[in-house]
Amino acid sequence: MTEQTKTSESAVGDVVLEAVSISRDYYLGRGRSGPVLSAVRDVSLSLYRRGVVAIVGESGSGKSTVARMLAGQETLTSGEVRLDGKVVHLKHRRAFRAYKREVQMVFQDPFASLNSVHTVRHHLERPIKIHRGIQGKQAIEEEMYRLLTLVSMTPPELFLPKYPHELSGGQRQRVAIARAIAASPRVLLADEPISMLDVSIRLDILRLLSDLRETLELAMLYITHDIASARYVADEILVMYAGEIVERGPAEEVTQSPAHPYTQLLVSSAPNPDALGSSLKTGTKIVPGQAGSALSSIVGCRFSPRCPFADEQCRTTRPPIVPTNDGRLVACWHLEQAAPSSVALTTKPRTTRAKKVLEKPD
Amino acid sequence: MADAEINETPRASRSKKPHVAREVSGTLPVFDIQGLSIVYRSGAKDTKAVTNVDLALMPGEIVGLVGESGSGKSTLAYGACRLLRPPAIITKGNVMYRGRRVREEGMSVLDQSRSELREIRWREIAIVFQSAMNALNPVLKVEDQLFDVMDAHLSLSRTEKRERAESLLDLVGIARDRLKSYPFELSGGMRQRIMIAMALAVDPEVVIMDEPTTALDVVVQREILSQIVELKDRMGFSVLFITHDLSLLLEVANRIVVMYAGHIVEVGTAEQIHREPAHPYTRGLLNSFPSLHGPRRELAGIPGTPPDLSQLPPGCPFMPRCTFATEKCQEVDMKLSPVDASKDAVHTTACPFVKPEDHVAQVNVRTRAAK
Amino acid sequence: MSTSVIPITAVPPVGKSRRKFSSYPLKARIGAIIVGVFVLLAIFGPYLAPFDPSATKNTQAYPVGPNWTHLLGTTAIGGDVLSQMLVGIRATVFVGLTAGVIATFLSVLVGVSSGFLGGASDEGLSLLTNAVLVLPALPLLVVILGYLPQASNLVTAFVLSVLGWPWGARVIRAQTLSLRRRDFVAAARETGESTWRIIVSEIIPNEVSLIAASFVGTVLYAILTSVALTFLGLGDLSNWSLGSMLYWSQNGNAITLGAWWWYLPPGLAVAFLGMGLVLLNFGLDELGNPRLRDATGQHKIAGHVWRPADPTPVVRDSDLVKRGLFTRGFAALRQGVRPVRSSVAKGDDVETTIKGNADG
Repeated sequence: MTEQTKTSESAVGDVVLEAVSISRDYYLGRGRSGPVLSAVRDVSLSLYRRGVVAIVGESGSGKSTVARMLAGQETLTSGEVRLDGKVVHLKHRRAFRAYKREVQMVFQDPFASLNSVHTVRHHLERPIKIHRGIQGKQAIEEEMYRLLTLVSMTPPELFLPKYPHELSGGQRQRVAIARAIAASPRVLLADEPISMLDVSIRLDILRLLSDLRETLELAMLYITHDIASARYVADEILVMYAGEIVERGPAEEVTQSPAHPYTQLLVSSAPNPDALGSSLKTGTKIVPGQAGSALSSIVGCRFSPRCPFADEQCRTTRPPIVPTNDGRLVACWHLEQAAPSSVALTTKPRTTRAKKVLEKPD
Repeated sequence: MADAEINETPRASRSKKPHVAREVSGTLPVFDIQGLSIVYRSGAKDTKAVTNVDLALMPGEIVGLVGESGSGKSTLAYGACRLLRPPAIITKGNVMYRGRRVREEGMSVLDQSRSELREIRWREIAIVFQSAMNALNPVLKVEDQLFDVMDAHLSLSRTEKRERAESLLDLVGIARDRLKSYPFELSGGMRQRIMIAMALAVDPEVVIMDEPTTALDVVVQREILSQIVELKDRMGFSVLFITHDLSLLLEVANRIVVMYAGHIVEVGTAEQIHREPAHPYTRGLLNSFPSLHGPRRELAGIPGTPPDLSQLPPGCPFMPRCTFATEKCQEVDMKLSPVDASKDAVHTTACPFVKPEDHVAQVNVRTRAAK
Repeated sequence: MSTSVIPITAVPPVGKSRRKFSSYPLKARIGAIIVGVFVLLAIFGPYLAPFDPSATKNTQAYPVGPNWTHLLGTTAIGGDVLSQMLVGIRATVFVGLTAGVIATFLSVLVGVSSGFLGGASDEGLSLLTNAVLVLPALPLLVVILGYLPQASNLVTAFVLSVLGWPWGARVIRAQTLSLRRRDFVAAARETGESTWRIIVSEIIPNEVSLIAASFVGTVLYAILTSVALTFLGLGDLSNWSLGSMLYWSQNGNAITLGAWWWYLPPGLAVAFLGMGLVLLNFGLDELGNPRLRDATGQHKIAGHVWRPADPTPVVRDSDLVKRGLFTRGFAALRQGVRPVRSSVAKGDDVETTIKGNADG
């Protein structure tokens, strides 16, 4: 994918944070004997300065786990995370703090991510004291004012003494964002930042994140289950299903001509106001199915139980993610049937772009 | 077999004898909210959650009720069924229920006693809650919960109940062996389907759905929506669908009612709301969600925050956030009037000034779309 | 789920904003007053005592009933019961509070570490907690205190707290386990807070009502147990306490002599103190768990008391206009307010569930 995407991403800067085929397994039984859930398998991605990468998937697809692994909140089973090309080790507290100075996360539920016994002031003061080394009451106060103004909570002095329960959902999420940028990070991981908010407020928050990306030159990871919002926010979209990336590419291409059967299902399921219910009312049949299983015992394509194109090969062999002629990577054995316009460039399995980077002699 | 029984009961019988006259002379709404006002009273202070709302649900219709949180949409629905707890009180209006099982002139919900209300709830008016996990009893099997609903309103033998439960599961597209499952063994989508099955268990005529798909993934959401539409067509109940997501309603609902700060600001068919929204608030809502299909539109959203319902300014409550606002807005009485007097009265708006064809320079939004 | 701007039950948010005493649950208020009176007596009682509680009259051989000199009468050897009470409350309250403080400290320490750290430390601490929990407390106390050379109040308090912490520790551990998984803890880690700081500043403040309830419960347990032990002769009998008063009255055959003024005042004092603590405990529970408060919360609207299980009241505006013309009771009739009273029934399930879901 490299060439084409690179040109379309000319506006964005250098790679800041990279995940190199990271995986996370959970042992479901007691000890290590039971079934293994590979919640995330072999995911690689790169976050660029001023760029937004979106991960789209249903609940249980592992998208939030990826964010938590990148944030250092979850340990990796395998793979590595690199910051500015250097492998990140978070064993020690000092290293963790230093990492948090660069990489911050915004949580999904602004009702849960703020501590109800503390004021807005406390939530902002701590990161400033810990990460910024700003001394003196006055300087800290000024910094807090600046942060609240950045997230358009004005006048700041009105909001500083408030408790979370005195704020609306949108305001709480703004405070959560202000807290994240208080450490002046270079990477912001936003884990479904708008899904708990009202439709009319969502846009405000998306706009705020977009503005911050510009003004603070942040590299952003945007996790969502709503592929439409990803289209509006992101440069690149990664579609995850049952712990694996099934398709990735420029936002507009992925949403407008989805290649992988799962992406197609996602896109066709999104509400389409312009259709005015035609598909619902005419009763277009959707492949019914349960959420994807990420049990490691599944050998083939994890989407195969729900896929209309699935055959024996799909059920027995895991498809590699390969580049196509229209500038994306897709993991599907039957691309020619599922998306005739996208032609796989090579049949040689190439797991990810990051792998490719790895192979390059420096 | 039991399937047939469930299918047969609905409106097929309705068109028979006693109701013929009513149907001929223009159908009356099955659930009719007239001028309803609900306040939360604490001390001398009233929070006006719902103000003077008219909403009619015709037989077999899906009406969508849309608004932000705090717009009063849920308060309206629960209040009309008298499910709200004090300090919520109904201060004005009437609610008529005209199901085929009640006397012909209808029944005033606000005049019913507690035990009478218990009879109507679920039997006549059922509710599907947003969070199935909270609404289902975690320690009872699906089967027992379905039986409980039936026991409360019907007198059926155990075999009959089982047959009915199985056919209900068939209806909502869940394997019959799931009857023996506990709620925690089911996925979110399945639990929501079970909630729908429970709502339909005693063949109600009105089903109120309160954000039934909000917590679900898009794919599952779509499956459930198409299921609801299909079931409605087969069984003939009416649906009051409450959500904050207008894009969803445009696809599902026949008619859409837009609420803001306790007032209805616009009513119209899905098509009218979509193609020629009249009220500025409706336009704001339409401009709030990113669309996946078609060209990337510029999104404007709605600036500002909803008003404090305990101290509403006079006139239109949307005025402070409205791009069209003028001084005259302070005298608006929020009565609905037809958008186009020459046509019909189906499309009504509370804004006397703004017409569908009016445009206003929208605040440009710097999302990626703008580039 | 989105926020509910208008809560379906308008419960004032529990925040740190200053609350009026009258806004606390009634139980908590009554309990606090009773306990407060006892604490004041514990502090000032000895100074108010009209006589030396240990003073005896050699001339006397039988207890004397209440009279103007001795308001609560005297013991068989002429000690003033009122003075003994006023002096003795201090020792009893001291044992209760000391044991409460030590035991609560231990339960928070063990409960929070066990719940927050998890893994092997959790297993070990839980084992310890359960082991102490299943020890038969009273027999063990009898044995320990019986063998100790001198059973001063401090020693009693200490022994009571060593045996009294596991109950609180278990509850606090459970609460910590659930808090640990909350996003705000992950967010604090994002901020770079140390584990110690997360525990002290993020977790424990969220458990204040639980810790307070556990403290009050332990104080109650310590007071009742110490009184019982002293009554059995196992506590500190050389000083006056409610327990030792009961012991001496029993020793002096107060019941056989019909000297009710000798054993009833200390007995009632223990009962009142216990009741105050129980009420305070319930009140704190309600404070920390608004659902409990809701279940009993009633609303007086239009002259009629509405209970949570009632259907939404209908009080039409037009009736309210007329309301001024009628007396309250009559007005309620006019408004067509129809109270429907029956015990909790089927329909209520529905009402309980919307509470969590209703939005807007």
